[in-house]
Amino acid sequence: MNARSIQRFVWSIIRGMIVISICFVILRPVLTKFVSSFMTEWDIWDQTVRWVPRSFTLDNYRAMFEFMRYPQAAWNSLVFSFSIAAAQLVSCTIVGYGFARFRFRGSSLLFGLVIFTLLVPPQIIVLPLYLNFRYFTLWGLLPEPGLDLIGSWWPFVLMALSATGLKNGLFIYIMRQFFRNMPKSLEEAAYIDGAGPFRTFLTVMLPGAVPALVIVFLFAFVWQWNDYFFTSIFMRDGTMLAHTLDIAAESYAHAMGTTLTGQYISLLNNTGMLMFIAPLLLLYAVMQRYFVESVERTGIIG
Amino acid sequence: MKGARRFGISLRRREELLGYLFTLPFTLGFILMFLYPFIQSIIFSLSRLEITAAGYDLIPVGLENYHRALFVNAEYPRHLLETAVTMGRDVPLILTFSFFAAILLNQKFKGRLAARVIFFLPVILGADIILKMESADYMTALLDGTVDQQMLGFVSRGELRELLMYLKLPEVLLIYIIQGAERLAEIIRNSGIQILIILAGLQSIPPSLYEVAEIEGATGWENFWKITLPLLSPLILTCVIYTIVDFFTSPTNPLVEFIDSYAFGGAGYGISMAMSWVYFLIVALVLAVVGGIISRRVFYMD
Repeated sequence: MNARSIQRFVWSIIRGMIVISICFVILRPVLTKFVSSFMTEWDIWDQTVRWVPRSFTLDNYRAMFEFMRYPQAAWNSLVFSFSIAAAQLVSCTIVGYGFARFRFRGSSLLFGLVIFTLLVPPQIIVLPLYLNFRYFTLWGLLPEPGLDLIGSWWPFVLMALSATGLKNGLFIYIMRQFFRNMPKSLEEAAYIDGAGPFRTFLTVMLPGAVPALVIVFLFAFVWQWNDYFFTSIFMRDGTMLAHTLDIAAESYAHAMGTTLTGQYISLLNNTGMLMFIAPLLLLYAVMQRYFVESVERTGIIG
Repeated sequence: MKGARRFGISLRRREELLGYLFTLPFTLGFILMFLYPFIQSIIFSLSRLEITAAGYDLIPVGLENYHRALFVNAEYPRHLLETAVTMGRDVPLILTFSFFAAILLNQKFKGRLAARVIFFLPVILGADIILKMESADYMTALLDGTVDQQMLGFVSRGELRELLMYLKLPEVLLIYIIQGAERLAEIIRNSGIQILIILAGLQSIPPSLYEVAEIEGATGWENFWKITLPLLSPLILTCVIYTIVDFFTSPTNPLVEFIDSYAFGGAGYGISMAMSWVYFLIVALVLAVVGGIISRRVFYMD
């Protein structure tokens, strides 16, 4: 045993402790929800109970399953997030390709504007946007007072298709970087074989960009699932999981005809939150490599 | 090629047209879904908005909304100052932690993949609705409180304080570190993307540089300051900007909550727009200054 190997051994122990404690800090909110979801109110008052409930119960799950309208709301969220993410993927990929491969006047200015959309907080534009969708005249083409699009999917579809949805600037950036790093000879070969620019894009470039497409889609899906800022404003009586989670404990109390203690509401809410993130955790477990290696795979750094 | 000649346009011109065509979704989206509401929000901040049967009316009021936000409203300036202080305090902490975590995760050890997966988890779980519910949640407060009193990782608060006293650090730094440690959980949970970016940066540094340094007899400490840090400096700029933007658009940011409550709580759209704009301009100023200072020190290898 020389000094160096002892030093290495000590460091590996310290490192292990640090990594484990950081992991614990990160996992704690999930653990909190998990243990709370099996507790009854008695467990909260019981001073000996902290992490392991004494009277194990599934009642919280039963209540939240019903009052979050879980199967329906989860399905709604799934279909909605999937569709919007797909629309964002299409538009951001096309735009990103345009920035990566074609030189045109004003392209760097336009790309600067892409970054600018990322820097401006959505709070600034959400109110005018709301009014534009509430009295939608297709920017002056339809007669006043216009259509009421609030409550429909249209605001989200329009924003997704025009690459201005949630964090779409980032997706354009990712796709641009990825296409830029792909060898130019691929396209040149296709052009020589007589393929037009659109066929080249569809049959040569897109298949090569699958890693970046998966990453953009995953992020778009997760962020759309998690979004409550836009969905709470643009959908009046929302049927997405985030909406039903928000009011589930309240409607439970209403249905029971009683007022619940803050503690009991907390147990219900923690159960609900766990049910809200469960599909994402599942997705993450299956696709974790894509998430964790996303920056390397897309070559954002390069 | 054939098509180009048929329409009688040069290749260069054709490339330009394709560029405009591919980026068209964003150009349209930017004008209609971003620029238009962006300009409207300036007008709103200078008006009083009244909902009528046929839509809404805008009554110009000059700078009244700004005056009311800054000088009449009792809470807004206080929130503004608090947010600025929190941002100034947290951004360096998040960056330091991300750097540290990325270096840790870049070393070889058992369970590294699992650690990476967990470190990145907060990015998936950062839903607005979850963060909002957690901030008011009883069980979260209870269990977090228990843990924080027992340990920050493996060291208790009192022990940390003693340890730092022993190091004879200047008092300002001492208070800063202790406060940082107390907010450790929040710092860690806001570092996911930054860790990912720096980690990818670390992996893109050619190992030959470290080999040369080792032959020359450089220590790990010197390696960090002379190789790692300069080569990562462009990414530090990205991370700083990301952290600031992430912080000031976060729905759990008290100032954002405060402004939102004005916008949709009926107290007046105009004044909430004015508040958003003051906030946005301050952050834009911060971004410009910080970005300017850092980009001067950024080192590019090529």
